[in-house]
Amino acid sequence: MAASNAVLSMSKIIKPIWGGRLATSAKVLPQVFGATVSSVREKSTVGRIIPPPAKYGGRHTVTLIPGDGIGPELLNHVRELFRFSCVPVDFEVVNVCSSTEDDINNAITAIRRNGVALKGNIETLHTLPASHKSRNNLLRTSLDLYANVMHCKSLPGVQTRHNNIDIMIIRENTEGEYSSLEHESVTGVVECLKIITRTNSLRIAEYAFKLAREKGRKRVTAVHKANIMKLGDGLFLQCCREVAAGYPDIAFDAMIVDNTTMQLVSKPQQFDVMVMPNLYGNVVSNVCAGLVGGPGLVPGANYGHDYAVFETATRNTGKSIADRNIANPTAMLLASCMMLDHLKLYDYATMIRNAVLTTMNETRLHTADIGGQGTTSEVVQAIMRNIQSKGPLTSEL
Amino acid sequence: TMAAALRGSLVTLAKGLTGSCPRWQLLAARPLSVTSALCGPEAPPARADAIFRVTMVPGDGVGPELMTAVKEVFRAGDVPVEFEEFHLSEVQHMDSDEKLEEVLTSMKTNRVAMKGKINTPMEFKGELASFEMKIRRRLDLFANVVHVNSLPGYSTRHNNLDLVIIREQTEGEYSSLEHESVPGVIECLKIITREKSRRIAKFAFDYATKKGRNKVTAVHKANIMKLADGLFLQCCAEVAELYPKIKYENIIIDNCCMQLVQNPYQFDVLVMPNLYGNIIDNLAAGLVGGAGVVPGESYSAEYAVFETGARHPFAQAVGRNIANPTAMLLSAANMLHHLNLEYHSNMVSDAVRRVIKQGKVRTRDLGGYSTTGDFVQAVVGNLRHRPLY
Repeated sequence: MAASNAVLSMSKIIKPIWGGRLATSAKVLPQVFGATVSSVREKSTVGRIIPPPAKYGGRHTVTLIPGDGIGPELLNHVRELFRFSCVPVDFEVVNVCSSTEDDINNAITAIRRNGVALKGNIETLHTLPASHKSRNNLLRTSLDLYANVMHCKSLPGVQTRHNNIDIMIIRENTEGEYSSLEHESVTGVVECLKIITRTNSLRIAEYAFKLAREKGRKRVTAVHKANIMKLGDGLFLQCCREVAAGYPDIAFDAMIVDNTTMQLVSKPQQFDVMVMPNLYGNVVSNVCAGLVGGPGLVPGANYGHDYAVFETATRNTGKSIADRNIANPTAMLLASCMMLDHLKLYDYATMIRNAVLTTMNETRLHTADIGGQGTTSEVVQAIMRNIQSKGPLTSEL
Repeated sequence: TMAAALRGSLVTLAKGLTGSCPRWQLLAARPLSVTSALCGPEAPPARADAIFRVTMVPGDGVGPELMTAVKEVFRAGDVPVEFEEFHLSEVQHMDSDEKLEEVLTSMKTNRVAMKGKINTPMEFKGELASFEMKIRRRLDLFANVVHVNSLPGYSTRHNNLDLVIIREQTEGEYSSLEHESVPGVIECLKIITREKSRRIAKFAFDYATKKGRNKVTAVHKANIMKLADGLFLQCCAEVAELYPKIKYENIIIDNCCMQLVQNPYQFDVLVMPNLYGNIIDNLAAGLVGGAGVVPGESYSAEYAVFETGARHPFAQAVGRNIANPTAMLLSAANMLHHLNLEYHSNMVSDAVRRVIKQGKVRTRDLGGYSTTGDFVQAVVGNLRHRPLY
């Protein structure tokens, strides 16, 4: 009895408010709703919805694209290491064959639903007709992964000509020379369009400066060729200057691409953070990877607003050394650590990264590409032993 | 923690000894190219030296008895899990809000919990939301998964059933919004939102993808509730576009119930709003043997809670040693899998399945005469029947 009285008194207070709102909204709702329903049905909804990433009960699902060449074997090592370290990540494997269109669309949809991917490089054959676009490029542009980030740092235990290198390269990933717009205007004359837009240039410059501030860096260098491409690269440079004005704490300078490559191989320590359009980024990142020990060592990441894809920095397929158990797993393992950082699983990322670096430095177990005689699986097992020796990982679980 | 770490290392040591050759040789002997990541279930436990902490809320009714069963089996199987136990009840005068906060804090730190049913009294005492609802809302445990799987060896009207029921459990009819608008007229608000409907639909499709299932069926009553259930249905259809490889269908709730008892094999994964889920969970559990044999789990983005599939306190069985611990043990095995302890997970679930299949030890609900204790002993006896390395 007392209970029902309580309901009554409560409902009396609430009634006028609810009654009023329900009465008005009930008339309006059907038409408004009907309108939204029909408009949704007309358009394709796939591109519009950005659903939350697949993370349930603290476990993430990540798309795994093995790719070609050494990709599948390296990614199997990543999976083995993750399982061994009890990393709360499950993989959804999507195989992409470089010849059909369906596969790559499946992969793109899979990334749309999981938000994050780890991938090996997919081979692009030069012999195929011009209509055949690079699968890797297609993936980056459809998901609008505009920023390619790689961090080139001299690794302890690896003998190279230059020491103390610590450069971050930020490369525009969606436009420039990679626009896939080429045509033969007159017989024997081919035009290849390089596209530079203000929006995308501002976006990449903003990303570079933000990252520089976040990481406590002092200087950002824009790489360009505005002396020849006065309008295209000029626009890029101007956008970088505009953004730099908003970051007085970070020094800004610009350098022409040819000079940059010369400076890189003679005195690489002068660089801190570098930002550049697509093709220069491709060249410069390969130079930098070479400086610190080669393609097997440096991880790379592609970030967009909604999605992130992690891979090796120089995107090599490594067909010649595939299935021979001699590829260096470091780059892919470090890329998986970048992915764990992106998923905010910092403890796991640090644990694996430290184990990788310690193994390289202390046990001196190196693969052939950096002058050792170890095999891929020996290196991975040494890393596991190192993780095991660090004792139980219980604090954050 | 020191003692726990020591115990953990002893466990690894013991496993190493029984395995007759150390783990590293095993790893090296494995073919490395393709299968290395695929030999998961039969490989030695990953990082067995780690101890996992899990929150345990036994709840009311037979909950504490079931949890004792879990603890006994875990102890016998050297499972590296440590429980942090909390007694929370609304009917046994332990319903303080501080207690609830304590439990929630523990769940937030440990991220994984096992829970019995916290009984909700029918009468109204000024609070519309039960403890169960409060926990779900505070931890945002939006998705409830019940995997209805026939147990080999126990025959029912429908055998070899394998379907998954996914239920939204934070909104819908469970909004706790009820009022008397005019004397004698009560309005109970059922809330359906686009955000939460999309979220549960995506969960269902992600689950289907992860478990390699082929079809998702949305259950609704959009012919009557055109706007609310209509919105739910629309969200499911939108999300389905992201999963071209999974078939998407929908079915009206009343028909779904009839189909489930007539031909349940046509379903694979079912996704539905709150109240329909509650009913279908219980109906489907009944198809394979009742509340005692079906495990369940609840997820938010961050947390996971493992419980029985049909949530009943079974208060009339308290202290009589007759409750069937199968559901809770299978749920515990699922929890171990969630913690990456695949080896231990398979050990527990295989032992339970083997006991059921042998059919010698059965509790009363499955037509036997054994007690809870007998069943647990039988499971413990079967734990070590695994091939050793």
